[in-house]
Amino acid sequence: MIGQALNRVDGPLKVTGGATYAYEFRDGDQPLYGFVVGATIGRGRITGIDTTRVESSPGVHLVLTHQNAPAQGARDLSVPFEYWRAYPTLSSPDVHHHGEPVALVVAATFEQARTAANLVDVEYAAEQGSYDFAACQDQAYAPESLIFGIPADTAVGDVDAGLRTAEVQVDEWYTTPYEFSQPMEPPACLVVPDGDDLVVYTSCQIVDAARASIAATLELDPERVHVVTQYVGGGFGSKLRIHGETILAAMAARALQRPVKVALTRQQMFSSVSVRPTSSQRVRLGAERDGRLVAIAHEVTMHTNRHVEFIEPTATATRSLYAAPNRLTSTRLVPLDVLRGEDVRAPGEAPGLLVVESAVDELAHALGMDPVELRIRNEPTVDPERGVPYSDRHLVECLRDGADRFGWERRLPEPARRRDGRWLVGYGVAAAIRVHLQGPTKAAVRLGPDGIAVVESDMTDIGTGTYTILTQVAAEGLGLPPDRVRVELGRSEFPPSVGSGGSWGAGNSSTAVHHACTALREKLLAAASSDVRSPLHGLDTAGAVFSGGSVSIDGASEALGEIVTRNCPEGLEAEGETVLLTEEPNYGAYAIHTYGAHFAEVGVDADTAEIRLRRMLGVFSVGRVLNAKTARSQLIGGMIWGVSQALAEEGVVDMRSGGFVNRDLAQYLVPVHADIPEIDAVMLDGFDDKANVLGVKGLGELGICGAGAAVANAVFNATGVRVRDFPITIEKVLPGLPLTEV
Amino acid sequence: MLRWIAARRRTVLTTSKADETDIEPGLRDIPELSMITLRINGTKRDLEVDTRTTLLDALREHLGLTGTKKGCDHGQCGACTVLVNGRRINSCLTLAVMHEDDEIVTIEDLGEPGHLHPLQAAFVECDGFQCGYCTSGQICSAVGMLAEAAAGWPSHATADVSSSQIALTDEEIRERMSGNVCRCAAYPNIVAAIRVVAEGGPT
Ligand code: FES
Ligand code: FES
Repeated sequence: MIGQALNRVDGPLKVTGGATYAYEFRDGDQPLYGFVVGATIGRGRITGIDTTRVESSPGVHLVLTHQNAPAQGARDLSVPFEYWRAYPTLSSPDVHHHGEPVALVVAATFEQARTAANLVDVEYAAEQGSYDFAACQDQAYAPESLIFGIPADTAVGDVDAGLRTAEVQVDEWYTTPYEFSQPMEPPACLVVPDGDDLVVYTSCQIVDAARASIAATLELDPERVHVVTQYVGGGFGSKLRIHGETILAAMAARALQRPVKVALTRQQMFSSVSVRPTSSQRVRLGAERDGRLVAIAHEVTMHTNRHVEFIEPTATATRSLYAAPNRLTSTRLVPLDVLRGEDVRAPGEAPGLLVVESAVDELAHALGMDPVELRIRNEPTVDPERGVPYSDRHLVECLRDGADRFGWERRLPEPARRRDGRWLVGYGVAAAIRVHLQGPTKAAVRLGPDGIAVVESDMTDIGTGTYTILTQVAAEGLGLPPDRVRVELGRSEFPPSVGSGGSWGAGNSSTAVHHACTALREKLLAAASSDVRSPLHGLDTAGAVFSGGSVSIDGASEALGEIVTRNCPEGLEAEGETVLLTEEPNYGAYAIHTYGAHFAEVGVDADTAEIRLRRMLGVFSVGRVLNAKTARSQLIGGMIWGVSQALAEEGVVDMRSGGFVNRDLAQYLVPVHADIPEIDAVMLDGFDDKANVLGVKGLGELGICGAGAAVANAVFNATGVRVRDFPITIEKVLPGLPLTEV
Repeated sequence: MLRWIAARRRTVLTTSKADETDIEPGLRDIPELSMITLRINGTKRDLEVDTRTTLLDALREHLGLTGTKKGCDHGQCGACTVLVNGRRINSCLTLAVMHEDDEIVTIEDLGEPGHLHPLQAAFVECDGFQCGYCTSGQICSAVGMLAEAAAGWPSHATADVSSSQIALTDEEIRERMSGNVCRCAAYPNIVAAIRVVAEGGPT
């Protein structure tokens, strides 16, 4: 059952429009509608808000501003993870970034709220803000550490000496832009007051964090906050924490004692949620003529909002990727008055590997060596910085297998040599590596007298397939057909989890469910073998087999439902859990990652420099696969994110206000159908016994890791033009295009 | 246009309580409600809507038909695609009051769990979605698109625009479906699902 390409169990609901997302719930009275008003300056203070015109606008029930918003809890840095901290909104007249909420208008209808929101009159005392990342490099500072206390800087050996002795060197600067998560479902929330309690239907990735953040902000007992998140229309990091929409809806619902709904508009998403920091990255590589690296240095500088520090672990993948005796990584932050950075799919690896795997391609070119071969030649035997063994590293297999399947041998090493009509055609390769994480997650499994198992956890399914994989894990764990398993997720009443994010959701929740099933089997066996009415009475349970809804021992068998009916008619339940990685010895003893190799073929128009992806393949090593179908979909989705990162996505800051100018889906470019050709993802058979009992690792972010570099390297192979300022767009390639015969 | 609509519809209520002079020019006539009847999924539904209500919000907020999704509210994502008189449109770009005599079909009418429309079944089988938020729009759009192709409408990807026969290649499908953004990027699987149905595959 585990590993099979089972169709999504929530598929029929999703394709018929029957899956209910946060904004779509109806609970209690007809809800009121809130519309957010954002600041039009990037830094300064509100000196006055005139709401008289708004308040007399038709249908308006409430206008919330910092003048009448309730007192709120502060962001408490002693809470270890950001997503659980308070998110004060409208808490002061200070403006910290363009688009920050300055008012919420609540009216009877959406149309009335939107119209009235235009009538809010805000006066500001604007201050000169810092918005220009390039111009503020001299203000860069070193952060204390990265997430989980991982050091911001590391050094092994002597990089400068290594580089001096190296026969071939690459020393280049790259820049990566602001990028946004932009899930299709905007952040949205319905809050229903219920006495002193709040029922919060919100689109979030971590229910427990949403509950904690709401409670901390509104200074409520978390037990009074009930979060419901059944379906999430995509997260990609943007819904790891709740934002203003949820806090504002909750404040308004409490004040009015009425249900209130708030969703951000697509444009507002560009000024309030989930921006990946822009970065500048210097990569220095030194190698011997045979390709062996003697030095690797990856120095990263990125923006952070001045008031809320956020660090992407952009250089950490470099620490484990290739062998080299001399190495260095560093992380610096430039404080700006631009929207605070947040996690966007594969935080760290996505921009880091885009750059490092481009630099490795530059080195291969400088050496005149095949880039697949160069990578294989630098395969480490142990983690080169930590000195610990890898748990289950198969990067070389991914590279070799992918090269075979892709027809890599047809690549012409010299750039700009292959033509197909008007297209210059190039091949590119890049490696993928992504850290495997684990966090505390609980799940309960209850078997009813009807023989149906119900799995409960506050875990979410953000399109990742959680409902489906947990169905499979529980079905296998109890020997039930999958239609005898029901998975219930996304309610704060259920056992808590750390949700979906960091590619840890599948590993955490499947392991927890597996443990719960193991415990439940023990309980069932204990009940049956001690029950004189059971055919299994007195038998040795060591050889028990659970299958087809029954358990059998030496030819004697009984249906699970029977055991439950007789012994505990209200159902038999067991819990399972996982712990934080810092409490798991394997995380200290091993370097645990997932791996992959991307192969891309692009065509670049010989006259216009239009870049088209022609085909792409990824081969991945992810430990054991829980569901071959949903896993492949996630990997392909990630790969397309990589394509988009290389060629399209870029948030552009207005240097006058610090806001993003291209704040919609027509100007912030994401791929559409016509941009994406045949793409395939292949997973190697595997089982990482150091990761967890199921041998499972996460893969939701692996697909994007390195994918953009494969595309960038293919563009270089097609044209001979190396663009180091991402994304690679026509105007950057065109001037360098080779002259073509007419 | 709003003025024109207001004149055409029976105005039942003016809720403006503000002093006329306080209201922005152009907004004066707006907070009016209209009684309209929409024919949705074969059923007549009476409702009273603000004349500014989009067809999308009428479906989602007034009629409880939340299968149609709001991704951008201004015609850039396709999540809100429905069929109006057999043609696919972005329901966020049109006002409810403009559709009194139209036949509107939403995702809820195409099939239900256990009795899926062939496209819905193919989307499940091919895993043509992840989060599912763009999916209603993709499927309604595909229904409309297949009809357009069957009727011989050419696209930017059509080699011979004078031909009345459209060969529905993957390139054609991709071009014609490009108004429907999928941020989960299920594109290869969506195209596979549509191809199965276009080729008369499993129904
Ligand atoms: S919601 Fe209508 S096109 Fe996006
Ligand atoms: S399935 Fe998530 S946006 Fe398409």
